[in-house]
Amino acid sequence: MNIKKFQIQTLKKASLCRHFENEVFKRTQNKTIKFPVYLSAGQEYVSASIAQIIQNHRIKPLLFGQHRGHSIYLSFGGNVKKLVDELLGKKTGCSYGMGGSLSIHSKEIKMFGHDGFMGSNACIGAGACFSSKKPTIVFIGDAAVEEDYVLASLSWVAKKDLPILFVVEDNNLAILTKKTDRRDWNILDVAKSFKIKSFETKDNPKEILKTLSKNIFKGPQLINIHTNRLYWHSGAGKDGDKVFDRLKNEIKILGRTGQLIDDKIKKSVEKLWKKNSEKL
Amino acid sequence: MEKKLRETIKEITFNHLKKHKSQVFGQNLTAVGWVAGTLPKLYEKDGVIELPMADVAGGGIVTGAALTGKRPIYIIRYQGYNWFNCIFIINYACKSKELWKISAPMFIRGISSEGSIGPVAGSSHISMFYKMPGIKIFSPMTSKEYKKVYYEFMQNNDVFYVSEHRKSYEYSIEFKNIIKKKLDIILMPISITRFAAEKAILHLNKLGVKVGIIHLINLKPLKLKKNWIEAIKTSKYGVLMTDNDYNDGILRTIAHKINEKTDKKIHVMGLEQKTAGHHSKVDNLPPNASKIIKKVLQITK
Repeated sequence: MNIKKFQIQTLKKASLCRHFENEVFKRTQNKTIKFPVYLSAGQEYVSASIAQIIQNHRIKPLLFGQHRGHSIYLSFGGNVKKLVDELLGKKTGCSYGMGGSLSIHSKEIKMFGHDGFMGSNACIGAGACFSSKKPTIVFIGDAAVEEDYVLASLSWVAKKDLPILFVVEDNNLAILTKKTDRRDWNILDVAKSFKIKSFETKDNPKEILKTLSKNIFKGPQLINIHTNRLYWHSGAGKDGDKVFDRLKNEIKILGRTGQLIDDKIKKSVEKLWKKNSEKL
Repeated sequence: MEKKLRETIKEITFNHLKKHKSQVFGQNLTAVGWVAGTLPKLYEKDGVIELPMADVAGGGIVTGAALTGKRPIYIIRYQGYNWFNCIFIINYACKSKELWKISAPMFIRGISSEGSIGPVAGSSHISMFYKMPGIKIFSPMTSKEYKKVYYEFMQNNDVFYVSEHRKSYEYSIEFKNIIKKKLDIILMPISITRFAAEKAILHLNKLGVKVGIIHLINLKPLKLKKNWIEAIKTSKYGVLMTDNDYNDGILRTIAHKINEKTDKKIHVMGLEQKTAGHHSKVDNLPPNASKIIKKVLQITK
């Protein structure tokens, strides 16, 4: 796949995620959705890029996300209507109306739900990968990597040489506490000390592609991706307006083509939400 | 002659690995003692998996294995380590069927022991599991009981917690309930206190106290049979339950359930409300036969 085509395909995924999240944002503000939501807007290029790379490799990995996982589900081809239904508390939701925003699960795309403990997906994903020997991706935040059991899991997957990829969505924040206030170490150094192939990059899709295109799932890998959270940790609000927006930047790079794709997806997502919300 | 429980567990584990291509996870499995001789001498290629010495992660790793349908056995060396190990089992493996319609069946072997082993490793610690949904808890002390529990596990898709006791591995005996109407009192012992309760009965019978016994194996869900309820209802002084955990653990919970069904007084006798030291002078041991006899005589006088 050439770079332009990759960028366009990735934009389609990211745009879907963004407009989906914007609809959730509206419905959280108007209280149609009353439970805590964890919006991934701003960070969607992480899962969108990786999903596109994986798709190019024709691999269907086991997926272990945690909260802020809407974009993982959507990027990897989860049924959009089922996620709408889930957030509206319907039994037809991807987690049968039990998961809400935090515990997204999908048998179809092999995405395993999250229990709510930050970083538990690292150990659970490691165990599933070990027993199944199937390619596995664990999406985790820069805060969750501080959990002791995450570090123990990294050590163990290295010892067992498992086909697992840890994706650290590094937005620099644990709710609102910055990394520099929490620790003086870098996850890259830690992973390298466990002899895990580790990389660091921005959420620029071309950079992610360049970093991950070789040797994926040949052994344990960790990629720390610097990204930006547009909305609050939980709920519908903004911490500030000066946040770099990767999606806007990519649309700009792709010009009119990018804008047309984004406009079209925006309309279809709005329509889907409207149609399903009306049934309430 | 019946096999010792140790041999039965070893045989079940061997078949589980060879026939069902499953896995056994735990710490220090292949090092000293092979889990008190209950584990066949097999290694990773056979499915015996050494976990890192990181108990919280260990519970999560086994949960992941269970999600893939491996039906793993998970050995927790001391039930005191349940405090670390239970986190992802309780909050993920036990809930996944209800939340996401995906089961994570696993067979947890939680080993209890006591006697000069200090404030953490000693006694039973199953109360933290007991209150949570999605788990089944058993306490088999004999070969027949153990086989029955394992068979039930293989027919189920649930998380099974099997509360073992190190001292029971040496025995090859089986227990029988004594359930009659109009007894003075009925003993309902759990875990290692079942051996002490059997000894106590012999002595109490000689003293003319009419004592029945119901061995509690299936702790959750608690199945109270009709003839048990009838026997308890017609007993003079109700029930004395014993366990190697504190009274405010599962003892009072189960006692309350029995009380609701029978309207009889259910006495409980577990560990004393104190921390165990290592020396025998400061240890905290479960009730032995003498203590049970003394308690029964107090109740029935």
